[in-house]
Amino acid sequence: MFIKRIITSVFLLELLSGLFLTLRYFFRAKVTLNYPFEKGPLSPRFRGEHALRRYPNGEERCIACKLCEAICPAQAITIEAEAREDGSRRTTRYDIDMVKCIYCGLCQEACPVDAIVEGPNFEFATETREELLYDKERLLANGDRWETELAARIEADSAYR
Amino acid sequence: MPDQQIKNFTLNFGPQHPAAHGVLRLVLEMDGEVIDRADPHIGLLHRGTEKLIENKTYLQAVPYFDRLDYVAPQNQEHAFALAVERLADMEVPPRAQYIRVLYAEIGRILNHILNITAYAMDVGAMTPMLWAFEHRELLMEFCERASGARLHMAYFRPGGVAQDLPAGLLDDISSWANEYPKMIDELEGLLTDNRIFKQRTVDVGIVSAEQANDWAFSGPNLRASGVAWDLRKSQPYDVYEKMDFDIPIGKNGDCYDRYLIRMYEMRESLKIIHQCVKEIPPGPISTDNNKVTPPSREEMKHSMEALIHHFKLYTEGYHVPEGETYTAVEAPKGEFGVFLVSDGTNKPYRCKIRAPGFAHLQALDMMSSGHMLADVVANIGSIDVVFGEIDR
Repeated sequence: MFIKRIITSVFLLELLSGLFLTLRYFFRAKVTLNYPFEKGPLSPRFRGEHALRRYPNGEERCIACKLCEAICPAQAITIEAEAREDGSRRTTRYDIDMVKCIYCGLCQEACPVDAIVEGPNFEFATETREELLYDKERLLANGDRWETELAARIEADSAYR
Repeated sequence: MPDQQIKNFTLNFGPQHPAAHGVLRLVLEMDGEVIDRADPHIGLLHRGTEKLIENKTYLQAVPYFDRLDYVAPQNQEHAFALAVERLADMEVPPRAQYIRVLYAEIGRILNHILNITAYAMDVGAMTPMLWAFEHRELLMEFCERASGARLHMAYFRPGGVAQDLPAGLLDDISSWANEYPKMIDELEGLLTDNRIFKQRTVDVGIVSAEQANDWAFSGPNLRASGVAWDLRKSQPYDVYEKMDFDIPIGKNGDCYDRYLIRMYEMRESLKIIHQCVKEIPPGPISTDNNKVTPPSREEMKHSMEALIHHFKLYTEGYHVPEGETYTAVEAPKGEFGVFLVSDGTNKPYRCKIRAPGFAHLQALDMMSSGHMLADVVANIGSIDVVFGEIDR
């Protein structure tokens, strides 16, 4: 034991074994991703940028029940609603302050008609703060842009909801 | 010639220092290069979580717990969920308990990977951090697949968990758990016998068992001082009772022991993960009381009663009977406790959070005085502080 310790300390064995490990890693396959061109996997449950969805006939899903506004722990959602000309109740204002939002997913859990969802997009950085104050128009546009994927995600996760 | 006056030098360490682990500001009184007094100044990350929770329903409070110790968010949620369940006397189905224990142990490994490697980097070893983070990434992917968020899961709810695990996830966790011991071996090969690492850590910041108790240490720091105390064994919660695992105990209570304890704990956590994956029963994942947990989507669309429950839950929340409880879990950093007082309404009357890092940080002066400046960095790294929970 004593001799072994002397040999280890004189010949720097533990340092050499560490260096040898580093050398082995040098020839292993890389695990890093070349980010903007390669991306990691995302599950259907990923909670990213918000979107307001529409029905296939183009009618917006949101019925202004304000459950998302009530449950939001960060109080990031502001809704105002009125009856429309055809008598149906719809929002006149639907704002999400994306700076306040903590992406907890409670809004999409609360939504009874799957209107507000958190989509797969996480690349929505902006240059100014004001651009992150989303209004209804922006959220609906998000929904239109991502609809195929949003529908597929809800479909994939439907067994667990 | 006038009398020479020798004055201690006061040094500001942090809050912008990379070894300060976040926003720690240390005011060090130095006698040459030797520490006379280390005075931690905290509060730079104070967000008023406790007060905020008083204005949130019990469900809304869950995401706030993620943001305390953001290195292992699951474990904080666990404490809150258990506290509410104890007050409201809820039954949690076995599957939910297994899922929680599984993810609490994943959280423990998440935390120990970060702590060990960041600590190694503090004392001069760059490589472990770059390598071990591959596994941290894989674990966060598991978190994302279960809950939708890599870090702030908001997954453990009072009464169970938010959603069932997706198909195939358990198999992936189990195959990862088979692979991971190799990584631990490699980390140990790099650090455990390394003479540079040992010179920086052995006999630095020694805390005796008595001192550890006096300073309210808990978790790995307490066990490194030789006190066999683990809440998972001493007052088991969820299914920890059924789990077969050992508690590693240190001998000297120095920085090196605290490192070794965390290394061993990762192996013990893997044991628990294997058992959870093997034994997890099928069944519901939250209590069937729809006053506390939302009904399924399908039910909500068809049953008027379920729809009312859904609306009630997401607006008013649920009322928790009057009472108070102190519920603690063995978080990766130590005893994380929630003291919850309910006045019978839908919001907590008071929610006091007992963060382990707070108790550990106050002992920094005791651990560091008499040591060199560079040893303070080793001490901070070894007591594993995260300012999200200390400043709250």
